[in-house]
Amino acid sequence: MAAIDTSPVLLEVPGRRRWINSARAVGLVGCVIATAIIALLSLRYGSLELKTSDAWNAIFHYDSSSYEQTVVRSLRVPRTVIALGVGAALAVAGTIMQAVTRNPLADPSILGVSSGASFGVVSAVFFLGLTAPYQFVWFAFGGALIASFLVFVIGSTGRGGVTPVKLALAGVVISSLLSAWTSALLLLDENTMDIVRFWSAGSVAGRPLSVFWWVSPFLLGGAVLGLLLGHQLNVMSMGEETARSLGMNTGRTRIISSALVVLITGAAVSAAGPIGFIGLATPHIVRSIIGPDYRWVLPYSLVVGSAFLTASDILGRVLARPGEIQVGIVTAVFGAPFLIYLARQRTVAS
Amino acid sequence: MATFDLATASPHHKPGHVTLRIGVVEARFNVRVLMMAFAVLALLAVLAVFAMTRGSYRIPFVDVVKAVFGTGGDDQMFIVRTLRLPRVICAMLIGACLAVAGAIFQGLVRNPLVSPDIIGIDTGATIMAVFWIVFGLSASWLPFAAFLGAVLTAAIVYALSWRQGISPNRLILVGIGVSAAISAGTTYITVKFPIEQVRPAIVWTMGSIYGSNWGDVKLLLGFLAICLPLSVVLMWYLRALQLGDDVARGLGLPLERTRLGLIVVGCALAAVSVSVAGPIGFVALMVPHMARMLGGALSASVMILTALMGSLFLLAADTVAQHFLPVSLPVGVVTAAVGAPYFLFLLYRSNVRM
Repeated sequence: MAAIDTSPVLLEVPGRRRWINSARAVGLVGCVIATAIIALLSLRYGSLELKTSDAWNAIFHYDSSSYEQTVVRSLRVPRTVIALGVGAALAVAGTIMQAVTRNPLADPSILGVSSGASFGVVSAVFFLGLTAPYQFVWFAFGGALIASFLVFVIGSTGRGGVTPVKLALAGVVISSLLSAWTSALLLLDENTMDIVRFWSAGSVAGRPLSVFWWVSPFLLGGAVLGLLLGHQLNVMSMGEETARSLGMNTGRTRIISSALVVLITGAAVSAAGPIGFIGLATPHIVRSIIGPDYRWVLPYSLVVGSAFLTASDILGRVLARPGEIQVGIVTAVFGAPFLIYLARQRTVAS
Repeated sequence: MATFDLATASPHHKPGHVTLRIGVVEARFNVRVLMMAFAVLALLAVLAVFAMTRGSYRIPFVDVVKAVFGTGGDDQMFIVRTLRLPRVICAMLIGACLAVAGAIFQGLVRNPLVSPDIIGIDTGATIMAVFWIVFGLSASWLPFAAFLGAVLTAAIVYALSWRQGISPNRLILVGIGVSAAISAGTTYITVKFPIEQVRPAIVWTMGSIYGSNWGDVKLLLGFLAICLPLSVVLMWYLRALQLGDDVARGLGLPLERTRLGLIVVGCALAAVSVSVAGPIGFVALMVPHMARMLGGALSASVMILTALMGSLFLLAADTVAQHFLPVSLPVGVVTAAVGAPYFLFLLYRSNVRM
């Protein structure tokens, strides 16, 4: 089989490869440490000024009579944990999506995840009168799953099974129907519009830690399962033909990985609302530093993605003191120039 | 001097076509497609009169026609000419603007799933309009502010896409990036202010023709009068571009100037319609498709057909939105709902072909 071993991953000399892998492992540990530091900063900085000792004591020597420590425990710990989890999940989902579609700009939104989730939230607020973000979780998740299931069913009808073009068209169909329905409901009721506008900006604030435990089986379970796909993604990224001639059932891999992406992003959207650009930018940055081997890109993305989302959340709190900017707005403002930079690279736009 | 040149001996003659020559500019029209265009025009007239008969005060068909031509009763004249006629005309003009802009951009990018919004026109107009409405600034200047936002955004996208020329793919990607950043700004405004101030702004972003007046009609007419003939003239260049950059260059086409000209015309049409009515989706996406299906590959005659079909489509959608739903909705909601079955149909066709 030596004749087909053309991927940069497999061309490495064994001795050099061992060296590179240990360097990568060390780098990964470094990223984990950096992420932990960012998480601690997220406890320390926010609209309420407090001392480092407060943040430290709130975790290790909790004193429930201290106002500052209570703020850290009840507000900052949940949002930090949610930001870490959602960032990790979104980055892994983005990596899988880009590898499977071989499109560096692929986005889970073409599977109808976000429009389905907002459909679920808007309907829940309108018909059931829910008001708090943590009550939306299962409606958003349900909406996301149903919408993407419909996209898959419509996209796989007819001869030829699931193809990327049919999937994209089916995504447009479902999204346009759902968006017509959501805007009609929003028009009818000012109250619904008032609540939903905050949800749809994308934020990790104001959710109890229980929200995270509810969705974590999907969020983290999906992300961990995604980590196991490294080898499959390496093969898929060589192209449909090559992957098939290497004996891979590409249709099955595509369906499994897309289902995983839907689960992960559905859980992320339901916990934090629609947050863009983490899934797009993280894999690119990681690949440009450690190379194209997905067995390493995936764990790196997981760590770096959670660091990015937590850092964006800190920025949103610090920049607009005493108020705050929703993290979805922060990631878009920083992610958009990155996308433009990518587009200006010759390789992507050709 | 316009002359209809039917001479079969002319070297420019092609079977089934008529040639129209104004000075040095010459355009050849496909007779079959022009017949279709006339059929659409007739339908459009009937639908327009029908739309004006509906409303809380019903007016018979014949009386509407009389009122339009100024020979009806005073109250009917007022209702038809002051309230209903501007809205109907606005719907038709906006539909035409959007459809022609869509055809230009789809031809330019050579991607049938593209609409003029790829260069950020809607998001640019939206952020200005949302700002304008939330801060309660003068409503009569709203269209101009929105237009400014649209044009500025398009210029930014164009400038950022420039790298020894414009590549259509880069235009799409940069457009997505700039739009995302601007939408984040819009979201920020909508979550920062009280809902009473924000609600009318969000309603504007759904796209509606409610409350349009003769001023809007004049604005739209002015732009269409300049841009529609220009887009018909630019057809030759667009068709050459569609053969690919290398062939177009071989034909002696100044590539970047042609692209810029097409972008300016398409952008002006899309920007004026979004500034009057807010972003209305799917018209620019669907109508050029349908026109090509009926009339064949893009040409001057197909462009005219596209404009008329755009008018017909948006007028029909607005009539449904206003009169045939349990509550009257912005027309943008209706076009989004109609978009879905159309894409299902496309999906079905692609299944058949594959």
